[in-house]
Amino acid sequence: MSTDQARIRSIPAFRVSPLTALGMFFVALVLLWLGVNFVKQPSEFYGLFLIGLTNGAVYGLVALGYSLVYGILELINFAHGDVFMLGGMLVATMTTAWLATASGLGLWVGIFGMLVITMAFCATINTTIELVAYRRLRNAPRLAPLITAIGMSFILQNIGLVWKGARPTSVPDILPTGDVFTVGGVSYTWNKLIVLLFTIPVLLLLIWLVQQTKQGKAMRATAQDREAAAMMGINVNRTISFTFLIAGSLAGAAGLLYALYFTNVRYDEGFRVGLIAFTAAVLGGIGNLPGAVLGALLIAMIESFNNGLSWSTPGSDWSTTIIFSILILILVFRPEGLLGERTPEGA
Amino acid sequence: MRDRLRTWLGAHPDFEQEARRRAKKALIFGGVAFVILAITGAASFALIWLTAVALALYVPPWGLLRYGRWVVVLGVLALAALYPFYQANLFEIPIFGGFPSVDTGVTMLIFIMMALGLNIVVGYAGLLDLGYVAFYAMGAYTAAWFASQHFSGKNLHLGAVGINPDSPGIHISIWIVLFIAAIFTAMVGVIIGFPTLRLRGDYLAIVTLGFGEIMPQIARNGDHLFGHNLTNGPQGINPIDPPGFGSGLHNAVGLPNDYLTFNARFLGTTISNVQLFFWTALVLVLFTVFCSVRLRDSRLGRAWIAIREDETAAAAMGVPLMRTKTWAYAAGAFFGGIAGAYYASFKSGTFPDDFFFNISIFILCMVILGGMGNIWGVILGGGFLAYLNQEGLGNIGGWLNSHFSGQSESPDKWFTIWHADIDVPLYQYGIFGVILVLVMLFKPEGLIPSSRRKAEFREGVSDEPLYDVQQ
Repeated sequence: MSTDQARIRSIPAFRVSPLTALGMFFVALVLLWLGVNFVKQPSEFYGLFLIGLTNGAVYGLVALGYSLVYGILELINFAHGDVFMLGGMLVATMTTAWLATASGLGLWVGIFGMLVITMAFCATINTTIELVAYRRLRNAPRLAPLITAIGMSFILQNIGLVWKGARPTSVPDILPTGDVFTVGGVSYTWNKLIVLLFTIPVLLLLIWLVQQTKQGKAMRATAQDREAAAMMGINVNRTISFTFLIAGSLAGAAGLLYALYFTNVRYDEGFRVGLIAFTAAVLGGIGNLPGAVLGALLIAMIESFNNGLSWSTPGSDWSTTIIFSILILILVFRPEGLLGERTPEGA
Repeated sequence: MRDRLRTWLGAHPDFEQEARRRAKKALIFGGVAFVILAITGAASFALIWLTAVALALYVPPWGLLRYGRWVVVLGVLALAALYPFYQANLFEIPIFGGFPSVDTGVTMLIFIMMALGLNIVVGYAGLLDLGYVAFYAMGAYTAAWFASQHFSGKNLHLGAVGINPDSPGIHISIWIVLFIAAIFTAMVGVIIGFPTLRLRGDYLAIVTLGFGEIMPQIARNGDHLFGHNLTNGPQGINPIDPPGFGSGLHNAVGLPNDYLTFNARFLGTTISNVQLFFWTALVLVLFTVFCSVRLRDSRLGRAWIAIREDETAAAAMGVPLMRTKTWAYAAGAFFGGIAGAYYASFKSGTFPDDFFFNISIFILCMVILGGMGNIWGVILGGGFLAYLNQEGLGNIGGWLNSHFSGQSESPDKWFTIWHADIDVPLYQYGIFGVILVLVMLFKPEGLIPSSRRKAEFREGVSDEPLYDVQQ
């Protein structure tokens, strides 16, 4: 009896499971690697940080789309990345046709016009996909809509392939590339700043929409419990369509920024970026909107540091492997993501 | 007399009624097909023969006789095994063109084998695997390591035929390599499965997709992996040794000494390496089918189906979830490994660009089109899609262009719909996407469903727990 009590008392208040310890170990390794690189080449480190920040903004816009749809339907919308790619292709077409030589005020009006058109275009595609393919399968076994989403992704990718061919389509370089400021040999160029300047208002608008408006409330209610929401008088079908519309327009904005910033688009780019963005959404906690942005920034930083740093860095040959390893590690160690909540299903 | 015959055959009482029903059906559908084929210029003795064989296999309900189900199996098997002999005499199907060549037949059989392997994971256990290509790659590279000159520093010869005994590298007989590849790939399957199988449904799918993407990247960058050249990078590893039985068995039983140098004439057809590869692939597919059937009916197979239908209930009934799922992964990977190794030997090389995500979806598409969980459906789906990929789309494109293209100079041109020739194989993945979407929307149980799977899709299963289980 007394030994039992002793044993109970001897359990420490805070215990670290082996799995957590291993996870901490991985994080510590990454931090060590970053620290050594920072000390060795601080200027390159800053430069890569700025690149990562810019890429992270683009990935974040795509990741939000995954997170929104997952939050409401528990569906990984595989086709989302390809919607983003088609948006980029539309931008490539429009820029080549109208804006290749524009400058001054005309350029900015043109870019805003393209933003609106691309967002509308991608939103239409995304809502149509939901209407045609996912709506019928809402009560099917969970794998059925997932397989449909993969099929949709292949169809969109093929449309992109037929539209622009297998080679990368180059987009005229219309964003100004002068320096905003230069610190210690690292220059921050205007096109990077513009990406951020476009992304931040879009994010604020999204947060306002989800948190403050009635439609946002309906979205959150539908995400929590579809049947209960329907009983409270929420039009579930319309709410889900609206979510796809928002996700699509975010993908459109990301497509515009991606095409103008990286100045080329390829038919399989959507698949690559889509998977990165999905990883980001899982890293941040899928269904959690700030988490998606945080995850996107982290993933983009890791990708950028991996591509650019030199001290014991695998290099860009391995970036896909690294990103997927992160995905797998996150799902093994912390399936609810960084900011997510633990759910009964373990993931 | 009739009754005695019936008793002797062990016929079911419904035998004659069912035979009459099938005869009517065959008369209507077969008649229409026959007439269409005949008026489009396919009329030949081969058409009559083929129709007769098909009717003989379909019309009598063989399943209602004692030992009767073997008739269909053996009949189909005989048709497949004799294919190289009558392939050249067959007619042309409208739009699709000629029947697939024996060479395409080998590829079809290999893909059927992979589809059957994936069917164990997706169809039986209900775990969506989007990275099956990783197992295929693993098998192919195992064959490349153990049966080529890649590791030229080491010299190991063990039963390999047709190779100079002095040539550098590891050369092990392909038959042993197939086995090594299977075991090795199954182990990789367990390693992949172990950390991920506790995740549910769609998360598992994403993780397998991740592994499927990592694998080709390792293959592409594996020429400088910690200073070792493991995969020879983008150039790939070739040549890989061909199969063969060696001169001992050749002299004793007459088995081919070495596939690449073999040459003989038999029944008016030249038997060379392609035919040998075809029959070997057929034997491998038979082995896979046998294992699939036996696994499905085993205790393990029933546990897989239980997990697929309701994981919580299965766990409550004492099915060990992790172990059972891991076995499903290992079994699926096992056959993927054999198929990959054999394909590498057939193509005599392996390249990292063969292992894209698209291939995983391609194989998944076969399983879904045919009918998840049904072996015959998967065989049909796999054969048809592999044929489309290899020859069919090109043939269809040729037919469309010669009939409807503005550039067509062909005498059988009908009218112009598009001006420049269209490249139909360009649309192949779009077509697979359309197949996935259409099957999922309208016939989620596939074209030839297993009745059990059909019920699950039609009536739904309790995929979600009724109450949230707190862990």
